Amino acid sequence: MKKSVKSASLRRQNRNRFFSLAFFLGPFLLAFVIFTVLPVLVSILVSLTNFNMLEFPDFVGLENYMRLFLNDTLFPTAVQNTLILAAITGPGGYILCFAFAWLINEIPPKPRSVMTLLFYAPALSGGLDIVWSLLFSNDKYGYINAWLMEFGLINEPILWTIDTDVMWPVCIIILLWSSIGTSFLTFIAGLQTVDKSLYEAGAVDGIKNRWQELYFITLPQMRGQLLFGAVLAITGAFSVGSTIFGSPTQDYTLYTLSLHLNDYGGARYEMGYACAIAMVMFVMTYVANQAIRFIIGRIGK
Amino acid sequence: MITKKAKLPKQETVGFFRKRPKYDEEGRLIYYKKKKLIKTRVNRSAGGDIAMILFLLAVGVIMVFPMVYAISNSFKPLHELWLFPPNLIVKNPTVSNYRDMFTILSNTMIPFSRYLFNTLFITVVATFLRIVSASMAAYPLSKWQFKGKKAINKLITTSLMISAPAAGFATYLIISALGFVDTWLVYFIPALGSSFSLYLIRGFVDPFPDSVLEAARIDGAGDFRIFWNILMPNMKPAWMTLIVFSVKDYWNQGASIYIYREELKTLNYALSQITSEGLARAGVATATSVLMMIVPILTFLITQSNIIETMATSGMKD
Repeated sequence: MKKSVKSASLRRQNRNRFFSLAFFLGPFLLAFVIFTVLPVLVSILVSLTNFNMLEFPDFVGLENYMRLFLNDTLFPTAVQNTLILAAITGPGGYILCFAFAWLINEIPPKPRSVMTLLFYAPALSGGLDIVWSLLFSNDKYGYINAWLMEFGLINEPILWTIDTDVMWPVCIIILLWSSIGTSFLTFIAGLQTVDKSLYEAGAVDGIKNRWQELYFITLPQMRGQLLFGAVLAITGAFSVGSTIFGSPTQDYTLYTLSLHLNDYGGARYEMGYACAIAMVMFVMTYVANQAIRFIIGRIGK
Repeated sequence: MITKKAKLPKQETVGFFRKRPKYDEEGRLIYYKKKKLIKTRVNRSAGGDIAMILFLLAVGVIMVFPMVYAISNSFKPLHELWLFPPNLIVKNPTVSNYRDMFTILSNTMIPFSRYLFNTLFITVVATFLRIVSASMAAYPLSKWQFKGKKAINKLITTSLMISAPAAGFATYLIISALGFVDTWLVYFIPALGSSFSLYLIRGFVDPFPDSVLEAARIDGAGDFRIFWNILMPNMKPAWMTLIVFSVKDYWNQGASIYIYREELKTLNYALSQITSEGLARAGVATATSVLMMIVPILTFLITQSNIIETMATSGMKD
């Protein structure tokens, strides 16, 4: 008798638990599944078909992937460029974001808010491509060419977006500059939530300098923001597309997977093939992310 | 015994730099006696602070360049826009670009105020939905134990790794199948499932001490009460940050492939229409870019001043 009463109340408790779970999680989960998970599943299906958006897709199995890996001469170039760019701008941008966020957090609150605004300004002003193409314009009306010529450093304008020798450095500068954005602001907010009393406790436990403090107290406390920034940095680095160089780029320098994807998806309407490229990008991003998660998980342990 | 976050006594600032005693929640001095031990934190040298500020200022000036340039350009008369060598700061400032912009805007088929209202409405509602739904979901996904929690969390993390264009085509099929085309539901319903927002907020909920939530439960607070009165006030930096991101996204929302009706279109779309006419509108284009900047910057300034003055988690021990 007693047992049944207990189980009934337990059941009621479980039911309440279920309702409040549905209340808290329901709206998000439903929209998330419909607008994020489902499109990816559809994309995987489409990548196994031949689909030109006009006729009904026909199933071709792994043919798109075979073609991509074996017959596409641009694919290796795109993969190589994507990997090199990701290896430089991903960690580079990430470290820049954190370094500046940390430095800004170290200064007093009043100048701090001014600094945050200054550093976040590029992300807020939007339409940065216009500024970049003005700065790195190929003719002598471009700012950088104009200044360099004014100081007599060069006689002829440098073809920033066409000369394959200078395209890489220009692209990396642009990407690093524009990497100060979402992650930067997230780090700033994360640094604000670090439990200040831990610094005191750390000092008692023998933390000697601000580097130790950073590694053993600050970083582990903001693991969530660090992971978030890393995911954004990696995803951003692997999906670098057109910056100011147009598409396709001169001699396919800086031709990335993202440009390849846009070429097939946006210009040729070979949706099956485009989805296959997207899947390759996704797998690369995923592998890089798992590696980073492992590293961040070990911080301060 | 669920009080809202305890009021912190106001910290006294001596001079410009931070040479001040620290208090804990009850107003007791905590840093004063241990000054020597935590030297790097409390007693920083004014010289170090100044060097750091100067360095940051130097980099900051470079970072702010595009914004200054855009604002300065918007006050340039047309002939000055094409000067060689170009000048960074305007020589003969004029407001003619802005005047032209408003003249053109007042002659559009749909009144300008309608575009402005559309963008405002979309920004406010979508931002609100994003934050509420993400915060509500972050609470159980971080602090509760239930079947499938791990799988959902993993799915959300994985979903962040998909760049938007990769699944764009499939998203279009789904949205048109749901009949959202040509309605604002296109903005509102997907906003509920923003994994970006959820991941951001969860990163702040995770380190929040379980013991505080547990204590509130023992004191008889329901799930909603815990969420609303304890968790949310402490997540202020998270949702303030999210407001900045979200406003920036939605305010700059331009032409959408889902919206055809002119009276539903956004401000950014209207502005891009009037500037798409090439060189003759170059002056107006600079003015519109500044106009689009104002609201994200204001949002940023308001939320930042709020983030910096908060932080009740200090002093809360697990």
